[in-house]
Amino acid sequence: MMIPSVPHPLGDWVRQMIPIPELAFLANALICIIAICAVAIGSAPILIYMERKVCAHIQCRLGPMRLGYRGTLQTIADVMKLLFKEVYAPSGADKFVFYLAPMIVLVAPFLVLAMIPFDHNLQVSNLSVGIPFVIAVNGFGILAILIGGWASNNKYSLLGALRSGAQMISYEISFALVLLFVVMVSGSASLMEITLSQSGTILDWWIFKIPVLGFLAFIMFFISSIAELNRAPFDIAEAEQELTGGYHTEYNGTAFAMFYLAEYINLITISSLASTCFLGGFFPPLIGVEAVDTILLKVPGFLWFAGKVVLMIWAYMMVRWTFVRPRVDQLMALEWKFLLPFNLLLLALGAVYIAF
Amino acid sequence: MSSRKLPPGFREEVLDSDTEEYFVNMGPQHPSTHGALRLALRLDGETIVEVVPHFGYIHRGIEKQAESMNYLQYIMLSDRQDYLTAIQNNWGICLAFEKGLGIGVPERGEFIRVMLAELGRIASHLVFYACFGGDLGGQTALLFGFKEREMIHDILDEVTGSRLTTNFFRPGGSVHDIPDTFIPRVTSFLEHLEKSMVDYERFLSKNIIVLERTKGIGILSKEDAIAYGCSGPVLRASGVSYDVRKNDPYGIYDQLDFDVPITYRGDTYDRYVVRIAEIHESIKILRQCIKLFPEGPYRSKEKPSIRLNPGSYYSATETAKGLYATYVVAASGDKPYRIHTRGPSFANLAALNNMARGHKISDLVSILSTIDPVIPEIDR
Repeated sequence: MMIPSVPHPLGDWVRQMIPIPELAFLANALICIIAICAVAIGSAPILIYMERKVCAHIQCRLGPMRLGYRGTLQTIADVMKLLFKEVYAPSGADKFVFYLAPMIVLVAPFLVLAMIPFDHNLQVSNLSVGIPFVIAVNGFGILAILIGGWASNNKYSLLGALRSGAQMISYEISFALVLLFVVMVSGSASLMEITLSQSGTILDWWIFKIPVLGFLAFIMFFISSIAELNRAPFDIAEAEQELTGGYHTEYNGTAFAMFYLAEYINLITISSLASTCFLGGFFPPLIGVEAVDTILLKVPGFLWFAGKVVLMIWAYMMVRWTFVRPRVDQLMALEWKFLLPFNLLLLALGAVYIAF
Repeated sequence: MSSRKLPPGFREEVLDSDTEEYFVNMGPQHPSTHGALRLALRLDGETIVEVVPHFGYIHRGIEKQAESMNYLQYIMLSDRQDYLTAIQNNWGICLAFEKGLGIGVPERGEFIRVMLAELGRIASHLVFYACFGGDLGGQTALLFGFKEREMIHDILDEVTGSRLTTNFFRPGGSVHDIPDTFIPRVTSFLEHLEKSMVDYERFLSKNIIVLERTKGIGILSKEDAIAYGCSGPVLRASGVSYDVRKNDPYGIYDQLDFDVPITYRGDTYDRYVVRIAEIHESIKILRQCIKLFPEGPYRSKEKPSIRLNPGSYYSATETAKGLYATYVVAASGDKPYRIHTRGPSFANLAALNNMARGHKISDLVSILSTIDPVIPEIDR
């Protein structure tokens, strides 16, 4: 049996400590899984706190202020509350599927997170088909929403699930196409290769490297990823004002916490994708001035990466609390009549750019 | 097809679609039915075939209670009808009582009434703005609208001692005079409001998604609006220029210079535009009142208990929601024989099916929001 091994200081150390290669491989994999889970689950409460504060300040409020310093412990308290609540299914619900949905909703974001290069040596798996893999597993999240909404035996949940199904299937296309654009211009589907192709100054990032086209592609990515994330203004699957919570109307306690957690981990994964594909990944924004660049290079890459991710998340939050929600048919029209043709045009123009 | 058993309230109607309809209960516990209103929806996919409003969930028998209360006690119950326009309801009731007593209101009393009523109108329309934005999915608009409304409530709190249920007017004037700080506070509030209205209008009125969501949705034709007995902004958005303050002036409205904003398409956007324009008209009225505000008595006469001359009396006022009319039948004694209220939300809500039919669930929410119903006023 061939054990894949990528040179890495930590991995090499584990391989030295554990002489049996199979066991060493297992230990390395476990370390990766724990690290990814720790990063994702640990940052979700921080993001929830951030969302509350961003939203509050947009709405001229203060947000949580009572628990801990400026309300920092509020999310912890909320998580505790959700964990200690009794989980029950409505009568008539398909119990097995009902409880399965919150479990599989977390699968997709973790699988995507395993592909993300956080730094030169900080990547769980460097697949050569990284982007197709990301597109493929990202569609997994919709499965949870669909079966969760269906199994709830609630008309609002069903409507939300069906809306979500229609929306995700539509927006997956432009999401994939805009990632294909990046694959095309960078010449590789591996996320590490895509990042490395953006080394250099800030102008070498794909958002700026190709005049106009890169920026347009970024905007396209931003729009379709909001729909992918099921966040307002494209949160028609939840649509509190219309469907009282949509697909997760009947979920409570830990089961609801899973959906809630998945929403924020999805936010991290999509923002990571955005910063990998468009914002230069872990590279610092060098501006070509020697004195400034040496200082910028002193900051480790994963901090730059985290900074970009937070910037993207902040942008998503700003959009969420600024716009109102389009109607279902308008959302579909936006995808099929505007985004999809435009994305195809973008791909064609990208091809022309490469050719010359 | 016609032999099928429909839930109560729906019309027997043969549809030429092969799909199966289904029925959804929206409310009485639902985030956007504005209270304990239940809408029974008949859906074809997400498209609404028919809406049947069911109400009565918070019926308190206010009109029956009135028969065992004296006239002054009933004024308190008028607050509990449309709580967003409580001060205007007080006025409507007092107008009918004044007719029965044959007394008038001194000039200062009239100015106090107009100013408080217009502040109440602004507050009610701000709540509409907030709920409308919230129902479209913009939670930020919800908070924005309530921010300025709180300032109005602070003013009302200082004047009447209560934020929401004011219970302030009495036949012949008001309970007590306004404090000296009232006029400066209103002046500074109006300045603040005009500044923030610019932002608020930019937030919703010119937002492309809002325009797409509201234009051409929920059209109520002029004929239908009249036939359903709609009033207030719902009627005026459909192109009927009827405002009790202009057509049948009460108080000192005939001395004030203001316009009645009307629009002609009768869709969701028009109802929104009319209300925003009314906020500006109310600001105009308040500015004039501040300029003309007289000295003098605030109440014509005080009596511990009032007895109306036997007969029946009718008063009509224009609240923020529309025509609020009171019909009082007085017999001998200090209790009314019968009081009936004609509330605007009840008639406006009747037109809901007409407006929402053929639109999506999302549109139903925004249409309901532009009717701006207050359920305690419908149920009474």
